[in-house]
Amino acid sequence: MSRLPSADPRPDPETREFWDATREGRLLLRRCRDCGTVIWYPRPICPACHRGDTEWFEASGRGTVYSYTVVHRAFGPWREAVPYLVAYVELEEGPRILTNLVDVDPGRVAIGMPVALRFDPTPNGQGLPRFGGI
Amino acid sequence: MSLRGAAFIAGAYEHPGRELPDHSLARIHAEVALGALADAGLSIEDVDGYFCASDAPGFGGLSMAEYLGLRLRHVDTTETGGSSYLVHVGHAAAAIAAGHCSVALVTLGGKPRSGGMPPGGSGRVTTAPEWSFESLSGVGIPANYALAAQRHMHEFGTTSEQLAEIKVAASLHAQHNPNAFLPDPVSVEEVVASPMVADPLHRLDCCVITDGGGAVVVVSPEVARGLERECVKLLGQAEAIKHTDNGRVDLTYTGAVWSGPAAFAEARVGPEDIDYVSIYDSFTITVLLTLEDLGFCEKGGGGRFVSDGALVAPHGRLPFNTDGGGLCNNHPGNRGGMTKIIEAVRQLRGEAHPAVQVPGCRLALAHGTGGSLALRMGSATLILGKGDA
Repeated sequence: MSRLPSADPRPDPETREFWDATREGRLLLRRCRDCGTVIWYPRPICPACHRGDTEWFEASGRGTVYSYTVVHRAFGPWREAVPYLVAYVELEEGPRILTNLVDVDPGRVAIGMPVALRFDPTPNGQGLPRFGGI
Repeated sequence: MSLRGAAFIAGAYEHPGRELPDHSLARIHAEVALGALADAGLSIEDVDGYFCASDAPGFGGLSMAEYLGLRLRHVDTTETGGSSYLVHVGHAAAAIAAGHCSVALVTLGGKPRSGGMPPGGSGRVTTAPEWSFESLSGVGIPANYALAAQRHMHEFGTTSEQLAEIKVAASLHAQHNPNAFLPDPVSVEEVVASPMVADPLHRLDCCVITDGGGAVVVVSPEVARGLERECVKLLGQAEAIKHTDNGRVDLTYTGAVWSGPAAFAEARVGPEDIDYVSIYDSFTITVLLTLEDLGFCEKGGGGRFVSDGALVAPHGRLPFNTDGGGLCNNHPGNRGGMTKIIEAVRQLRGEAHPAVQVPGCRLALAHGTGGSLALRMGSATLILGKGDA
């Protein structure tokens, strides 16, 4: 686990399965059975074709950095965590997700760099999907 | 139906305060309302339409209507972040054209400086469906914009020095504004040497955090004709929402790619016709992307465009934010849209500071970007002209 603040998420009826899976170290994505679109963030109605026949599947956990920033000034629980990395990671399955890069030297991060999923546990045992170098 | 000429801005007022610990939020809204109405030569009794966003206290339009003693036929509390007020002007014009009101008051107020709010946006975010998938990364507002800046640098070779030129131009303008929060000119070197907030954005790439507010009064052509005050004509207005597009977000453009062309088409003018621009400047990168998206230069060419003093009034190719903008003058309530409209009105009336007044200013554009560059934003473009434009 990283040294970053890892607060509990706030699951709702649409995302409870997603967060439950993080307890087992699995990153679930939602996919439309009709048009095949991979959906992010998870929701039951496909934002591409607007039909409601969607299903969960497990992501590979591999991706590349689409963009990143090294945060040097922050507030609240993040104040003491600086410098830390926030990034958009483009998953192998398509979606670009907002996340943190952990256990990576900020000076060596580059757009396009391959990264792999790891979870940081939250107080109630769920996990926050974050990414480290390969 | 086109809104071209359907309404006029008759009054505009920016609160002179930048730190107002002894003002209630409602009082700030009231003071700017009265200021804008006085500027127009109208009174509270004339107002039959009221527009505000989530910066208004309590129940928004309901609370402020009561506080001000308004008697309304029309109310609109559309919320698109800092761009809300440019949206309100368009909605006010549509309501006026429909006969639903004839004197529309739009107010903004906020006190993040003295009120203990952390820097950044506002809004009812914690109940948003996306909250757990974004906020737990510790992405603050600067980091959000930094993600867009980093990607722009990667794709187009944009540099920190080029971004700094935007702050430099704003600071050259702010030195003439006695109310500006940061009145001292800065150099490119000073901007890039200021502390890093979220790489690649430095402290001086960020806007100020100020208390205060502003208001405008939008009136029908009939009301405008009866006023002695010079009224500014609405020529075009358009709005758009850009979001993360089901996880396929592209950080290289803003919603201005949609609102800009639509506003230009309604106004029947193009970028080459514009004499002055007010561009939302929460951060330097916001300006750069917006200039590209509005068609003042090609995509990716923003860095070169701003590098030769193009934005510096009065003689640059495209003078911008002559009040000092959000970067140096004022960003009341963490929302810069209202002050963008107000400075455009000053320019069209010939009432900007003489050192930055654009000679013969006939056509102005004001653009707002609410929300955030890396996630979801409300973009709104206003094109305004002299009364006979």
